[in-house]
Amino acid sequence: MGRIPDPRALVRRKGFPFIAPPVPASVALPVRRPRVGVDFDTAWAREPGARVVRAALHATVVEATVRVMADPTVLGVDRLDGLDRDTPVIFVANHFSHADTPLLLRRLPRPWRDRLFVGAAADYFFPNRVAGFAAALGLNAIPIERTKVNRRSADAAAALIDDGWSMLIFPEGGRSPDGWGQPFRGGAAYLASRCGVPVVPVHLAGTERILPKGASFPRRASTTITIGSPLHLGPKEDARKVAARLEQAVATLADEATTDWWQARRRAHAGTTPSLEGPELVAWRRAWERTAAERRRPTGRRWPNV
Amino acid sequence: MAPRPGFVLEVDGSTPPVLFHHGEGFRMERLPAGRSRIIYPSEPLPGLPDPDGAIRAALENPIDADPLRAQMFPGMKLTIAFDDLSLPLPPMRRPDIRQRVIEAVLDIAAEVGVDDVEIIAALALHRRMTEDELRHAVGDRVYDAFAPSGRLYNHDAEDPDGMVILGRTGEKEHVQMNRRAAESDLLVYVNINLVAMDGGWKSTATGLSGYTALRHHHNVDTMRRSKSFMDQDASALHKSNWRMGDVIKASGPKIFQIETTVNNNTFGASGPLSMLQKREWEWSGRDRATFLGMQAGLRRLPAGTKRKIFQSWRSPYELTSVQAGEVEAVHRVTTEHVYRQQLVPVEGQTDILTMGLTYICPYNVNSIMNPILVMCLGLGYFFNLYRGRPLVREGGVLIMSHPTRREFHPVHHPSYIDFFEQVLAETTDPIEIEQRYEKSFAEDEWYRHLYRTSHAYHGVHPFYMWYWGSHALSHLGRVIVLGGDPRTVRRLGFMPATTMADALEMASDVVGRQPTITHLHNPPILMADVH
Repeated sequence: MGRIPDPRALVRRKGFPFIAPPVPASVALPVRRPRVGVDFDTAWAREPGARVVRAALHATVVEATVRVMADPTVLGVDRLDGLDRDTPVIFVANHFSHADTPLLLRRLPRPWRDRLFVGAAADYFFPNRVAGFAAALGLNAIPIERTKVNRRSADAAAALIDDGWSMLIFPEGGRSPDGWGQPFRGGAAYLASRCGVPVVPVHLAGTERILPKGASFPRRASTTITIGSPLHLGPKEDARKVAARLEQAVATLADEATTDWWQARRRAHAGTTPSLEGPELVAWRRAWERTAAERRRPTGRRWPNV
Repeated sequence: MAPRPGFVLEVDGSTPPVLFHHGEGFRMERLPAGRSRIIYPSEPLPGLPDPDGAIRAALENPIDADPLRAQMFPGMKLTIAFDDLSLPLPPMRRPDIRQRVIEAVLDIAAEVGVDDVEIIAALALHRRMTEDELRHAVGDRVYDAFAPSGRLYNHDAEDPDGMVILGRTGEKEHVQMNRRAAESDLLVYVNINLVAMDGGWKSTATGLSGYTALRHHHNVDTMRRSKSFMDQDASALHKSNWRMGDVIKASGPKIFQIETTVNNNTFGASGPLSMLQKREWEWSGRDRATFLGMQAGLRRLPAGTKRKIFQSWRSPYELTSVQAGEVEAVHRVTTEHVYRQQLVPVEGQTDILTMGLTYICPYNVNSIMNPILVMCLGLGYFFNLYRGRPLVREGGVLIMSHPTRREFHPVHHPSYIDFFEQVLAETTDPIEIEQRYEKSFAEDEWYRHLYRTSHAYHGVHPFYMWYWGSHALSHLGRVIVLGGDPRTVRRLGFMPATTMADALEMASDVVGRQPTITHLHNPPILMADVH
C-alpha cells in the first residue's frame, strides 16, 4: 500500500500563489501602518445602523448597569438652559474611572447626549481592531493621541464638532492614578476655540469607588454629576490658560458637590477653591489626605438613637 | 504612506513567480535568476481632493489664455469636442472626467448666454460611440440635454460636407478638420491624457480629422521615425501633429484646450482585482485566494463570458491634474504630470523583453481583442512605452503573452477580418502592405458606409494598427507569443510558444543561451526611462 501524500507538502510544492510568496532579497517590505490607534476609522460608527445599535445598547444594558451600580444624582442641568439646543458643545469632566463614560453617556442632558462622541485615548481604546470596534460602536469614541500633539486627532474631532456633534473629553488624558485629579491638557480648550463652541465643565464624584484605576471588579456606589455653566471662549485664547480656567471651573464644581453652592462660590471668588490635583506631598501623604474624610466617617454598623 | 515610485527588481532565487496578463486571464511565470529584471510601475499618485473645484479653477485661471468666461459671448458658436471611448483604459468609474469638465464648461456657457452649442465625440477614424458609451463619457445630464436635438454626436470623417481642409504644413501635409469645429468661434477640447502620446495638437489635428490628413503621419515611415511615439522629443508623429497645429493656429478656430491626467489606479486598492497592481511578494492571503479562485473560474468560463466580465471593469482612476488654455503651454504641464506618474528609470537595454498583454487596448473597448490588435498592443503600445532607447536591444526578442485567438467583432472590426484573411495571408511587411493594400481599404465604399452608419472602425484602421508596430518590427529579431493560438500567431508572422521555457529556448537562436531578460510589469501603466 502506498503512503498517503501529505497535503501540506503538495501545496508547498505548487508554490506561489498557493503559498505565501517569498520576498526578493533585494527589496525591503514597506512598513505597514496598521489601521489602529489614531488611524482607526470610526466614521461607520456614526452611520444610522450603528447609531441604532448603540442607542439600543445604551437604553438597555448600559442604562440598567448605571442604575444598579452608580445611582447617579445630576445637578446643574438648568445651567444649560441658555444654550441654543442646536449648537454642539464640548463637555469636559474629571476622570476617575471607566465608569465615568457610560455614566455621562446616559446622564448628560438631551439633545446633546443624542449626538455625542467621546475623545478616547488612541493607545488604550484602539490598540487593535476588536477593541477599536467595541469603543467606536459602544461609546461612539474617536481616537485621540494623548502622548503627543497630533493634528490628525484634532482635525477629526473638529470636523465632527463642525458637523454638529457634541464632544465628551476628559482633559486629564487618563484616569486618576491615586484619586486626586491631574492637570488639564489644552486639547479641549483648543478645540473649543477653533470650532467656536461653548465648553461645559462637568464634575463627577463617587465613580472612583465604582471602578478605580487598577480594579478588576466594579463595586456599587452612589455618584453625583454636577454640570457647570458653559464657558464661551474667544478665537485667539491661549489653550493652556483656558485649560487652567476649565480645571478651575471643575474644581469649583467639586467644591460645590462636597460643600454647597454658596461656599463654593465664595471660595471661588476668594481664590481658595481646593485644587483638584491635591496637595503637593509624597504619595502616601496624598493618599492619606484624600481619604481623610472617609476615615473620619464612622464605619461599621450604626444603631439609631432611640 | 506616500506612493512608492516604480523600480527595477533584479530577479534572484528568492523572487516569486511574476504576474503576466494574458488576455482575459493571467499567467504566473518564473524568470531565470541572475539575469532577469522586472520593471514595476509606481503606485498611484493621490487624486485631487476637489476635482470639480480644480476644474473650475483651471477654467478661470488658464495658462497663456483668457479665462473661458471671457472668451464666451452671447450669440457665439461654441463647439465642445472630447476624447472618445479609447480613453481612459479601462473606462473609468462614473463620473467620467469628461462629464465633470463638460458640465463645468456648459455652466459657464449657460451663464454667459451662449445658445449655439454642439458637442462632438472626437473619434477620428474610430468607431462611433453608442448611446450608452456617450452617456458614460458625458453623463446623463449632458446627453439628455443635447443628444435628442442632434447637438451631441459622433465626428464623421467621411461626411463630404462635414469636413474642411484648413491648409497644408511646410511638409505638404493636409490639415483637415470637422467643419462645425473649424467654423466655431471657440472650440473647447476636453482631453484625458492617459499616456504621453495623447493630447496637445493631436487632440484636434487627429481627433477631429480624417483620412486625408491622417495618412500624412499614420504611416510606416513616420512610425519608424518615432522612437518612441510616447517620447514627444523623439516622435515624428508628434512633430507632424505639431506642424498641423501651426496651420490650425493660423487658419483654424480659436481653441481652448482642457487637459486632464489620471493616476494609475487601474485595479483599485481594494476589490477583486486589487492584487494586479500589487507587487507579488506583497500579496496577502486574501489576494492569493482571490487570484486562485479567479483563475479557476476563468479556466471554466467560455471566452465570451470572460470578455463580458473583464469589459465591465471600471477603473477607479482619480484626477491628478487639470489644466486649460493655450494648447502647447497646457500640454507641457500635462506631460509633466503624466511622466510624474509613469516614468521609471531603467539602466540599459536587454536581450529579451517580456510582457503580458491585457484584455483591452484602445480599440476594443466593449469589443473583441482580435489578433491585429494583439500585435498593435504589444509591438505598438507596450514596446513604445519608453523614453531614450527601447528596452530591448536592436535584434533582440520580444516575448508577449496573450491567447491571440482568431476572433473578430464583426460589427466593430469588419475591415480587420479582411485584413487578416487577405492581406496578412500575403505579407506581413508593413511597407508592402502600405503600398499594395492601404488605398483600396481606405476608399472602400462598404467600409466607409459601415464607419458612417454602423459602429465600425474605418476601413484603413487595421493598417494603422499594423503600422503602429512597424518600429518594433524593424527593431526586433524575433517576436514570440506565449500561449497564443499557433495558427493565428504564425499568420501574424510571429512564433507561438506554449511555455515560458519553450519561448526562452526559441529566443536562444537569436540572443544566445544566457540572454538578459526584462519584464515590463504593465499595467498599471509605466513608461521606462531607459539610460
